Amino acid sequence: MFDNLSNKLDKAFKILKGQGSISEINVAQTMKEIRKALISADVDFKTAKEFTATVKEKALGQEVLTSLKPGELLTKIMKDELSILMGSEKSDLDLSSKPTIILVAGLQGSGKTTFCGKLALLLKTKFKKNPLLVACDIYRPAAINQLTVLSEEVGVSVYKEEENKNPVDIANNAISFAKKNSKDVIIIDTAGRLAIDEKMMNEIGLIKNSINPNEILFVVDAMTGQDAVNTAKSFNEKLDFNGVVLTKLDGDTRGGAALTIRSVVDKPIKFIGTSEKMDGLDIFYPDRMAGRILGMGDVISLVERAQQQFNEEEARKIQKKIAKNSFGFDDFLSQIQQVKKMGNIKDLASMIPGVGKSIKDADIDNDSFKGIESIIYSMTPEERSNPVILNGSRKKRIADGSGSDVQEINQLIKQFNQMSKMMKMMQGGGASKMMQMMKGNNMPKF
Amino acid sequence: MAFFNKFKNIFSRENKSQEDKDLEKKKLDNSLNKTKNTLFEKISKTIVGKSKIDDNDLDDFEEILISSDIGVETTLKIINNLQSRVKKDKFINTNDLYSILKEEISNLFNEEDLKEFVIPNVNEPYVIMVVGVNGVGKTTTIGKLAYKLKNAGLKVVLGAGDTFRAAAVDQISIWAERVGVEIVKQEMGSDPASVAFDTLQSAKAKNADVVIIDTAGRLHNKINLMNELTKIKNVMHKIIPNAPHDVMLVLDASTGQNAIEQARQFTAATKVNSLALTKLDGTAKGGVVIGISDQFNIPVRYIGVGEGVNDLQLFNSKEFVNSIFDN
Repeated sequence: MFDNLSNKLDKAFKILKGQGSISEINVAQTMKEIRKALISADVDFKTAKEFTATVKEKALGQEVLTSLKPGELLTKIMKDELSILMGSEKSDLDLSSKPTIILVAGLQGSGKTTFCGKLALLLKTKFKKNPLLVACDIYRPAAINQLTVLSEEVGVSVYKEEENKNPVDIANNAISFAKKNSKDVIIIDTAGRLAIDEKMMNEIGLIKNSINPNEILFVVDAMTGQDAVNTAKSFNEKLDFNGVVLTKLDGDTRGGAALTIRSVVDKPIKFIGTSEKMDGLDIFYPDRMAGRILGMGDVISLVERAQQQFNEEEARKIQKKIAKNSFGFDDFLSQIQQVKKMGNIKDLASMIPGVGKSIKDADIDNDSFKGIESIIYSMTPEERSNPVILNGSRKKRIADGSGSDVQEINQLIKQFNQMSKMMKMMQGGGASKMMQMMKGNNMPKF
Repeated sequence: MAFFNKFKNIFSRENKSQEDKDLEKKKLDNSLNKTKNTLFEKISKTIVGKSKIDDNDLDDFEEILISSDIGVETTLKIINNLQSRVKKDKFINTNDLYSILKEEISNLFNEEDLKEFVIPNVNEPYVIMVVGVNGVGKTTTIGKLAYKLKNAGLKVVLGAGDTFRAAAVDQISIWAERVGVEIVKQEMGSDPASVAFDTLQSAKAKNADVVIIDTAGRLHNKINLMNELTKIKNVMHKIIPNAPHDVMLVLDASTGQNAIEQARQFTAATKVNSLALTKLDGTAKGGVVIGISDQFNIPVRYIGVGEGVNDLQLFNSKEFVNSIFDN
């Protein structure tokens, strides 16, 4: 059975339970379990071995404080070590050259073209640049079209020569074009190639030598297994790339390849791809990734995503309404919409420490709001803004309209009331009262 | 004239087939060469000059197997079996150890290898649905498969069911043109279930023999997208009761242990019957299929060993294991 890493670590730490300090004897079995867990997360065999040796060394002889279980202490040591291994600090693109030339390379199907589109959008919106996408994948059917479609989607121009079969020429022509048209960043998409394909590896070498890029980014699928070592080494020998892009991290992979690549070629991971949409590109933070590999959740990313989606003005309006006791079902509905905008609920929940494990097998999806939504949609505007008027016959009508029964309506109203009460308390600084309520298992369920 | 051409085709095909076979063998050997060398070197180094194996050897085996993406659980299973046999047989020399290790791995492919698709001679087309995560090579595999089936004298229709990824419809259209088969497509962004419906309807009307339905790449943890796949599959029943007759999951050989989760989730959504393992011409070993074959009993039908139209081969478990261990 494939369990995720955090489950395995839990198992590993159980061995340490009840032990006062970490000793050679009680740590050995744990280390073996950790090594197994790392390998199952696709961390390279040797890297996993070296890593556990380092952690063991750090952990040995450490007094376990009464407030901290040995397992917790070990988790902390591991998280620190993982962050160190992955480069500690985030690493930015060097955009100082005018124009900045970025060459994108990687295996087939790793997600180069999608990344190029995302990067163009990021540079355009966040960095206020005027990028140019360049289509140098002359081999894969419709690769040029794909980049063209993406360029239109993100509103960035694309340079292509459909008839030209020489990617070196295309790249050079694109650079002259960019200079003439005051483009300040040039993103060059290339064909996917295998590390052992000498002809293709020479081709990308030629492109590099001819255009002298400022940044070379190696794109790699986060689900890559033990082969990540070979591939990363070969590409690095040929290109001496500046950074790594880890794609498809919205899957359930633990992304052990991130650890492997960093430790094998000592190049920073600069970006991670987190969805198929064009805004699904995040800057890589080693400590957050360490948390993910350990299954510890990622609160910072959660908060950031919330900040991106939640409209501050909207939030202020709702606060006012709560204060005035006029928080209604319409506001409730708009809150649900905002939560939905943040992405897959299960993904979001898994970012909360401790939650990830418990919902591993639960089927939560955005459809879980559908019942609530249809009930609210079946209410009249008056009922929505003034829920007090909901009497028996109104409830019956709503139940018929939304395909539910009166019981469900009652439950929703109860939850709604609890939620408004809770929000009022939060405003009134009654956090402790709220905690009591939560402990009393009166949490609204939705 | 047409008859003569057909005859000529058959003739040249048969002539080619032995060459093809040699070439295919060579390609697989080449592609697995890297694996073979490193594995062989490591194992030789491990057991040279010893008359029996000890725990260190077993540890080394463990490393070797795990480095081929065979995975912790499957590796431990192989090692445990090896250990108990070594205990039973007491003395074991190098050669014996090899054949035992090979045997233990081969045993995990418990069924007979799959043959080429057998298309029954009935009125309705045989429907193959191709699924997988993003970037594994679904469309390329479909192009190669269509070529194979067309060369076997079958009338093939492709369904451009990836309506999501930019230019995916263009990509499969180019393949259809290249291979010379028909394709049914709608606009980007249209409902893939509707594309599948149209394709089956059109294929049935045109008396096609085989339909291959492409689908958009999707990560297996996205519930809505997996449900969509179930829906596409269910829609096909309306035209052809037993369709899809085969659901093929495409796996990238460089994928690690996550491929096991992929197999689990895609099987849950669509009842996968066979696998295609792509990109085996790289340094990746694809060892994860051993675990998948063992745990889920889903056999590998094809392997992809290059970007050319001919680079789709039948999977042969003996060759797969042999190519790893043969000197």
